[in-house]
Amino acid sequence: MATTQEWKFTAKEIAEKPDLFLPGHRACAGCGPANALRMIMKATRGPTIVTEATGCMEVVSSIYPYTSWAVPWLHTAFETSAANASGIDAALRILKQKGKLQEHVDVIAIAGDGGTFDIGLQALSGAVERGHDFLFVLYDNEGYMNTGIQRSGGTPMGAATTTTPAGSVMPGKLQHKKPIADIMVAHNMEYVASATPYYWKDMLQKVRKGLEVEGPAFLHVFAPCPRGWRSESAKSIEYEKLAVESCVFPLYEVVNGQYTLSTPSKLISLAPQKKRPVTDYLKGQGRYRHLFNPKNKYVLDEIQRWTDERWTILLKKAEQNA
Amino acid sequence: MKTDAKQQIMAMNGDEAVAYAVKQSNVDVVAAYPITPQTIIVEKFSEYVANGEVPTQFVCTESEHSAMAASIAASATGVRAFTATASAGLALMHEMLFVASGCRVPVVMAVANRALSAPLNIHGDHSDAMAERDSGWIQIFVENAQEAYDSIIQAFRIAESKNVSLPILVGLDGFTLSHTLENVTTLVDDVAKEFVGERELPLVQTHEGKSAPFKLDPKNPMTMGPIALQNYYFEFKRQQEEGMKNALSVIEKVHAEYAELTGRSYGNGLIEKYQLDDAEFAVVCVGSTAGTLKTVVDEIRAEGIKVGLLKLRTFRPFPVQEIQKALAEVSLVAVFDKSMSFGGNGGAVFHEVRHALYDNAAHPLIVDYVYGLGGRDTNPKEFKKIFHELHQIARSKRVEKLVSYIGLRE
Amino acid sequence: MSSKDKGWKEIAPAGVTPKSSVGFMTGDWKTYMPVRDLEKCTTCMMCVLYCPEGCIRWRPEMGKIEIDLSFCKGCGICANECPTKAITMKLPEKEE
Repeated sequence: MATTQEWKFTAKEIAEKPDLFLPGHRACAGCGPANALRMIMKATRGPTIVTEATGCMEVVSSIYPYTSWAVPWLHTAFETSAANASGIDAALRILKQKGKLQEHVDVIAIAGDGGTFDIGLQALSGAVERGHDFLFVLYDNEGYMNTGIQRSGGTPMGAATTTTPAGSVMPGKLQHKKPIADIMVAHNMEYVASATPYYWKDMLQKVRKGLEVEGPAFLHVFAPCPRGWRSESAKSIEYEKLAVESCVFPLYEVVNGQYTLSTPSKLISLAPQKKRPVTDYLKGQGRYRHLFNPKNKYVLDEIQRWTDERWTILLKKAEQNA
Repeated sequence: MKTDAKQQIMAMNGDEAVAYAVKQSNVDVVAAYPITPQTIIVEKFSEYVANGEVPTQFVCTESEHSAMAASIAASATGVRAFTATASAGLALMHEMLFVASGCRVPVVMAVANRALSAPLNIHGDHSDAMAERDSGWIQIFVENAQEAYDSIIQAFRIAESKNVSLPILVGLDGFTLSHTLENVTTLVDDVAKEFVGERELPLVQTHEGKSAPFKLDPKNPMTMGPIALQNYYFEFKRQQEEGMKNALSVIEKVHAEYAELTGRSYGNGLIEKYQLDDAEFAVVCVGSTAGTLKTVVDEIRAEGIKVGLLKLRTFRPFPVQEIQKALAEVSLVAVFDKSMSFGGNGGAVFHEVRHALYDNAAHPLIVDYVYGLGGRDTNPKEFKKIFHELHQIARSKRVEKLVSYIGLRE
Repeated sequence: MSSKDKGWKEIAPAGVTPKSSVGFMTGDWKTYMPVRDLEKCTTCMMCVLYCPEGCIRWRPEMGKIEIDLSFCKGCGICANECPTKAITMKLPEKEE
């Protein structure tokens, strides 16, 4: 059973906890995912094994002969983080069964949006269906940033990437983002949640809840990429806040299929006037610059329409469960 | 050879023999996906699991790609892992095969060798395994269900040997071996278990400056499968090559120990010579065809023609020196290939044998026969005809066709 | 490649990594550096939490926050997020 216990993570407590994702990694300045992983690792509750898909965070943290991981860590391929977690989980189970392992060991599988929405989805779906005990952390920077900013199933509509450039006839990516968390909810998982580091306490609690689940849990973490978003490195955390305030990335939990808005999004639902227009979030990001050309206003309108629609659907789901 | 080990005869097909050997090898994790003609292995093993006959975690993955990833991860966590596949499944694993060898995890895999699509074909040939010859896996091909059983038991010891630490593939011909019932002499559980032993982990230096067993362990955190660029990647590949080289003697040693225990041997474990000592010309093959060819050799010998057979048991690492020695005296070598290397002027085994013999003082003539693709039967009569053809070539010392096809309609 | 790089016989197999990245300084990546007005700092820890590098550290024994410039890449998140605007990003003064 997913626990409803609220951990009282205080800023000082978290600050005092030693880093498990170490300095000296080679992420770009202002990297959202690097900050997210550093924080997420602070919410671990004991012995932990991490397995990571190929991607930015894997590359920047394990350039031989250096490692930024203070925990046991395995990388095999791009599409395999959930499959790796299956193997590790099976191994831990048999070690316990044979009395060779006494303590509980948490398994965290980490992948970017490419390794989750796209190439890794099959392995993720399989591992969840089989019920392995692991927390899957998706750090979503909305594109294949490691290979030079290409579109993924997680790239939002209108965003310019190197495979969806803003051209004279195409205004960036034509499709909306794949609703990955809903797809995971459809697996009848015990715990699915969205989080972003700006709301650090909310995120750390969700990490801990995901770890507490005896079975698979899924955490969708929104983490800006200043390089790929053509945004200021200093504003990565600010965009996390704006994404939540504009309901582009609402924060919620789904425990055994029951949707609950998390506090930051809950407050917006209670005071709808606080919901900011998506343009507050989009402006300033170079990937959306072309949308502010009047001829592309229809794309901005569609993003707002879609965001509102998704938000309304989410509100309904949360209300039904209230 | 005498043996004291208690053994029992069981009627099993090749797949069942593999599953039974795995059952006796104290395997911790089996992660696999079913595919014809390997299915019986996972089905049989599932029965063992369902009946509580094995203390093994069986992970029935959603694809072969994940099966290999899970096997690698389980092995990296320090336990013993096994998987099995065939054909398209092996091809789907392709990426992960290189990861397994690069991560130096001693995963054992049975491959019920089968043709690759397209056109779709479920029957036996060696296209699948030969396409993986450069993946860094040790490859052993077996002649019959008995050898499949024996080789799986040996495989764990070979792969896990500390100076090898590489994954190993045991190939058994699809349907011909996988589905054909034979009498298989098996060890009793305890003897098999003792022979295989516990997995021992090599010690490695971690980033915390500790010397620790090579596994994912929160007590001794280590980073496995990092990114290594121009400055180190090459060194890791050279290390793998050393593991392969070491495997040659380890395969021989484990094979000899097993022979001592059971009374069964397959040449020296690398190659098996049959009537080769005084042969004028020789044939080379891989897998179940060796059984057919032994009979044909006997029949041809009865006609007074001195022919011998070299059964290649270990394909990777390729036993160059043994082959050079074994074929030093013959004037003609014919290789039988059950796969194609399109545009490569002959099949994979042909390339390798020809390459090995280049350094022999007196080069024999070497020809290639591609046969049996997609499970097409090649009967003793057809082989006999080829042997007579070879006899003529050996006499005339003239090769007209370097690569021929057996049983192919023009 | 450098002459310090080890040969294949010396390194652990499978890429098991021998060094912690704490030995890899990324501080020379930066253009701007964070400069603090300690009078304004309330030790709220936001800079510690939001730093992607983990180079801003709370020292409870000293009751203060330290910035380890040897890892700081100069992203400016700490300055942007500081609620009391105690951090500003400045070009380092050139040493003569």
